[in-house]
Amino acid sequence: MTVIVTDSGFAADDWNGGFCTLDSLPANDCAGVDLPSDAEPEDLRARLDGLSLIRVDFPSFADGRGFSIAAELRRMGYKGRLRAKGHVISDQYAMARRVGFDEVEIDDALAARQPEAEWLFRANWTKHDYQARLRG
Amino acid sequence: MYQYNDFDAAFVAERNAQFRAQVERRISGALTEDEFKPLRLMNGLYLQLHAYMLRVAIPYGTLNGAQMRQLAMIAETFDKGYGHFTTRQNIQYNWPKLKDVPDILDRLAEVEMHALQTSGNTIRNVTADHFAGAAADEVEDPRPTAELLRQWSTDHPEFQFLPRKFKLAVTGSAADRAVIRAHDIGIQIVEKDGEIGYKIIVGGGLGRTPMIGKTLAEFLPKADLLPFVEATVNVWNRLGRRDNKYKSRIKITVHEHGIDDIRARVLTRFEQIKPTFKGVDRDLFAQIQQNFDAPAYRNAPVDAHTAMRLANPAYASWSDTNITAHKNDSYAIVSISLKKHGATPGDASADQMRVMAELAETYGHDELRISHEQNVILPHVHQSDLPAIYAALREADLATANIGLISDIIACPGMDYCALATARSIPVAQEIAERFDELKLEHEIGALKIKISGCINACGHHHVGHIGILGLDRAGVENYQITLGGDGSEDAAIGERAGPGFSAEALVPAIERIIETYLDVRSEKAETFLQTYRRVGMGPFKAALYPDSKASAA
Amino acid sequence: MSRSFTPKVITANALLEGDVIYWSPEGTWVRTLSSAEVFEDEAVAQEQLLTASSQPAVAVGVYLADVAITDDGPTPIHFREEFRTRGPSNYAHGKQVKLS
Repeated sequence: MTVIVTDSGFAADDWNGGFCTLDSLPANDCAGVDLPSDAEPEDLRARLDGLSLIRVDFPSFADGRGFSIAAELRRMGYKGRLRAKGHVISDQYAMARRVGFDEVEIDDALAARQPEAEWLFRANWTKHDYQARLRG
Repeated sequence: MYQYNDFDAAFVAERNAQFRAQVERRISGALTEDEFKPLRLMNGLYLQLHAYMLRVAIPYGTLNGAQMRQLAMIAETFDKGYGHFTTRQNIQYNWPKLKDVPDILDRLAEVEMHALQTSGNTIRNVTADHFAGAAADEVEDPRPTAELLRQWSTDHPEFQFLPRKFKLAVTGSAADRAVIRAHDIGIQIVEKDGEIGYKIIVGGGLGRTPMIGKTLAEFLPKADLLPFVEATVNVWNRLGRRDNKYKSRIKITVHEHGIDDIRARVLTRFEQIKPTFKGVDRDLFAQIQQNFDAPAYRNAPVDAHTAMRLANPAYASWSDTNITAHKNDSYAIVSISLKKHGATPGDASADQMRVMAELAETYGHDELRISHEQNVILPHVHQSDLPAIYAALREADLATANIGLISDIIACPGMDYCALATARSIPVAQEIAERFDELKLEHEIGALKIKISGCINACGHHHVGHIGILGLDRAGVENYQITLGGDGSEDAAIGERAGPGFSAEALVPAIERIIETYLDVRSEKAETFLQTYRRVGMGPFKAALYPDSKASAA
Repeated sequence: MSRSFTPKVITANALLEGDVIYWSPEGTWVRTLSSAEVFEDEAVAQEQLLTASSQPAVAVGVYLADVAITDDGPTPIHFREEFRTRGPSNYAHGKQVKLS
């Protein structure tokens, strides 16, 4: 089982649309897609309108490619749900939100070790943000 | 000098509160060491050989008297009464306790300082020319640009978990005192047809695979700086190798893909990112710039300095080496040597820090700089005050007249402190400095930069030392490789390896043979070691270093 | 008989102070090499390494280090380990303060 983390804390996954891989996307009419951390967001450009949820994998919390992928998807105009999934730690929650993720999906073991309060501690991610100040 | 606004102050306070909680969670077990490590590194905290080490940022090497006094207070309260200034314009404390670190960070925040991003796989402390704002040859003060980059890179959400560390350096002069060609991105402020812009150099770096940076943009309009640098880091974050930490730096990415390919990718990304900057950064830059207005220079005669030079040979010698021309004719830039013969390069005691703070406050418009060469600078001193400054420095054991000479050695902490080191650096620097002081040859030799690293990561910049020394572990014994002809200036070059390494005992005699050869073959006294090396090449030095192999080859 | 095995001690840094520590015969962390347990059997060393590594709230970076057995007790073989028993060479700081 997994836990979905948002600004309001822990919740169960409410997504019922399933996920396609990038390769299987053209053949199927998927609303959700799984992106590995080495994906090229440009490959999705033509399909963004048909997607409701993009889930970006974090194989390790030390692999920060997902943060750039999210930023690029948002710059390409993607307005749907964007989810970080995998080994994301609570200390990265603000970063994830600031680059454009809506939510984080973690497994139960991680949720047990880093309980809800630690994630809520960073729910103030809109505050103290140099990027917001610099970009206007 | 830049002064924190309410936002900066609140930001640092918030980050310190987060780190305090992270330390508590590590101690309670909520965070594993694997998870805690990148978080502590982002806050400048290493676990070294004998203890923790806290690396405090001195952004672009600029600080004032109150900040220096606070560094002294921290050294006495939480450490062993001294600090170590580094080649990245930081200060390191070698003995803090984990539980004290949140308190130290709070004390730093009191004087608008922090340890953010002085470590870890993120954008590090932005460095700059240590003569910024004072140098006679400057197009523009690089510090406002460096401060803008500091704010942009601080806590940048995309760039806290990069493939590896990322270092930026800025200079406003053609004469490169910030080693910009050995940085991931080096920025030179340039003027073209009356317009100020940036030359952007990418992919320089030392370490296992030393590389001189390549030009990514010949002339970048000032307004494009942040989106362009962001595009560059973004391209590397996605493209840089994560399978091998020795191949993860941007220099390897540039090398593997070619500068033209990287430039094309950066330009594409730049076009996408530019619209996300709506011009507020330019307003902010203008505000930042106001913080760096030149001090109110004093108009007074400079006779005291001229008279003292004639009266006191030791003073004359000190002012020959430790004074640099200021853009104001009545002023001087004073370099305070932290390289007393036999002392640890870059170390200052708390008392010495307070003396330097006091001198800055009394005579130096309250400004101090830390150089990448591990010395302290008083950038704005009226020449009539130089005798008083010299006297105070002598009292504090800080008047060593050796800036730019053979004993002004850069040395990383090496295996005396560093967990990554393969050999010691500090004792080597101490022995070389003492030996040439004993020989009284230092001034005869003239301009010469020796740089020592205690491992291949090259924190001591050995590749760009005129004489570079690299300490290695060879079969359980310290062994030192010598490179010659390196140069960290605008004519940057990677030194050439002379041959097999030397044991710790054989190293100083080997350096002596190099120097004897130089004194022997130089065309005239004015020809520096580096010029001589470039003229005659490795041959004569190699013959002096390895006399036996020459005999056997003959 | 097992193949020749260089005697080893288990060492780490203390989480709170960062100080060099060694695993003792009592199964506790101690500050001096002379109080460390010396392993002459590889299997025992590996088993104890696992035990010692299971105290992440006390010790960080647990590993085995080679030692020689002398009349004065275990002595480091590699110079890095020798420095760790002593402290830096430029100041009389670290463990050498108490040793002298």
